[in-house]
Amino acid sequence: MYNWDFYTVLMSFDLFLMGVWKTFLYTVGSILIGIVVGLMACFARLSRFAILRLAARSYQELFRCTPLLVQILWAYYALPMLLGFTISNTTAGLMVLSLYVGSFYAEIFRGGILAIDKGQTEAAQAVGMSQVQTMVNIIVPQAIKKMLPAFINQSVIQVKNTSLLYAISVAELTYMTAMVNSATYRPLEAYTLTALLYFALLFPLTQIADHFERRMRRSD
Amino acid sequence: MTPETPVMELQGLTKAFGKLEVLHDINLSVQPGEVLGIIGPSGSGKSTLIRCMNMLEMPTGGTIVFRNRLVGHRFAGRGEQIGAGELRRNVGMVFQHFNLFPHLSVLDNVTRGPIVVNKEDRATAEAYALDLLEQVGLADKRDAYPSHLSGGQKQRVAIARALAMRPAMLLLDEVTSALDPELVGEVLLVIRGLAEKGMTMVLVTHEMGFAADIASRVLFMESGSIIEQGAPEDILRNPRSDRLRAFLSRFHG
Repeated sequence: MYNWDFYTVLMSFDLFLMGVWKTFLYTVGSILIGIVVGLMACFARLSRFAILRLAARSYQELFRCTPLLVQILWAYYALPMLLGFTISNTTAGLMVLSLYVGSFYAEIFRGGILAIDKGQTEAAQAVGMSQVQTMVNIIVPQAIKKMLPAFINQSVIQVKNTSLLYAISVAELTYMTAMVNSATYRPLEAYTLTALLYFALLFPLTQIADHFERRMRRSD
Repeated sequence: MTPETPVMELQGLTKAFGKLEVLHDINLSVQPGEVLGIIGPSGSGKSTLIRCMNMLEMPTGGTIVFRNRLVGHRFAGRGEQIGAGELRRNVGMVFQHFNLFPHLSVLDNVTRGPIVVNKEDRATAEAYALDLLEQVGLADKRDAYPSHLSGGQKQRVAIARALAMRPAMLLLDEVTSALDPELVGEVLLVIRGLAEKGMTMVLVTHEMGFAADIASRVLFMESGSIIEQGAPEDILRNPRSDRLRAFLSRFHG
């Protein structure tokens, strides 16, 4: 029978908390940058200029069709060889996470906008609104409601994806756990505690997503 | 013809979707206060024509002149030309499927255009919107959302929304076609009221009786051309062309 000893691990609880904080920062940072990138890619895909559509499409497929771990390793180890200067693990990590989630957000945003009936655009134009006024006043407020569940879902995945930064030694939660493990030789306690911490971060988020989804279904 | 400036003139207007030309050489002048009814079989180009009149469809050829100003194809005006934006600010439109903004209350549906496009302050816009809602009999619904309204109520809000821009002319595209029969009357009543106040209107309609009753001129279209036009009693009672006769006989049964 295994002799559980959480005490040894909990002695290093401050390290776990530092890890949680970093995980939170990378999540929020990459989501914020990802929203900006995603919006740009989304409007590029909806643009009437073929070159913009192609550029955005290429970006999206590149990041959606390669594994995130490979992207992280490539940006940290391979990209500096092309550029001729080194990139810190924090910069490489934040950049890749942002671009990765941005490529998925772009698709979510685009789907939300395209789901709005064409009559809405026409009605806005018929009172003389410009394209931008139509977007801001009529299309985007309706699209946000439609895309919210998918957006939250993708963001939940994003929290978990920050753990891959472990591979380039970014001091987020998974990496800190490995540190604690190598100091205490208590992998069962360390990784169990980490799993619980991720769960505590994410469970409220998924509940919010479910809540929105239920509310959406009601108004349909 | 009156000596007044026409509200709108179409000269040699054509519209093609790809290689398919759906409007051929349309010439038409709309006088102030005139109520123009457009009738014709489905696919005859009526809706395309009325949608060209506020450039929701960009004409392929010909010109649109709005109150003596040539209208360009861009949103913004250029030199002497006005743009599609200014045209649409001054020409209201009511759609078959209402197209109310579902995320806005009735009052906000009516005021959003004047506030965003004409930069009216909220108080002014709301005061006028309430006047208009009163006129269409829906002042008590000001805080309701479109999903809680009947079809007839939605269409009356849509009319108020178009009027809130103080348009020089109103385009009505089969505005009763999506309504349950018992709700058609309340919408027609509002339109009749507008006609009596001298609002210039162009309406595409399948309500022959209503067209005969309210229109000052009726225009029969088929296959993208205006086949016949004139006073409603002449057009509807004494059709000259075989095609109009055939079309009307389907209505009279």
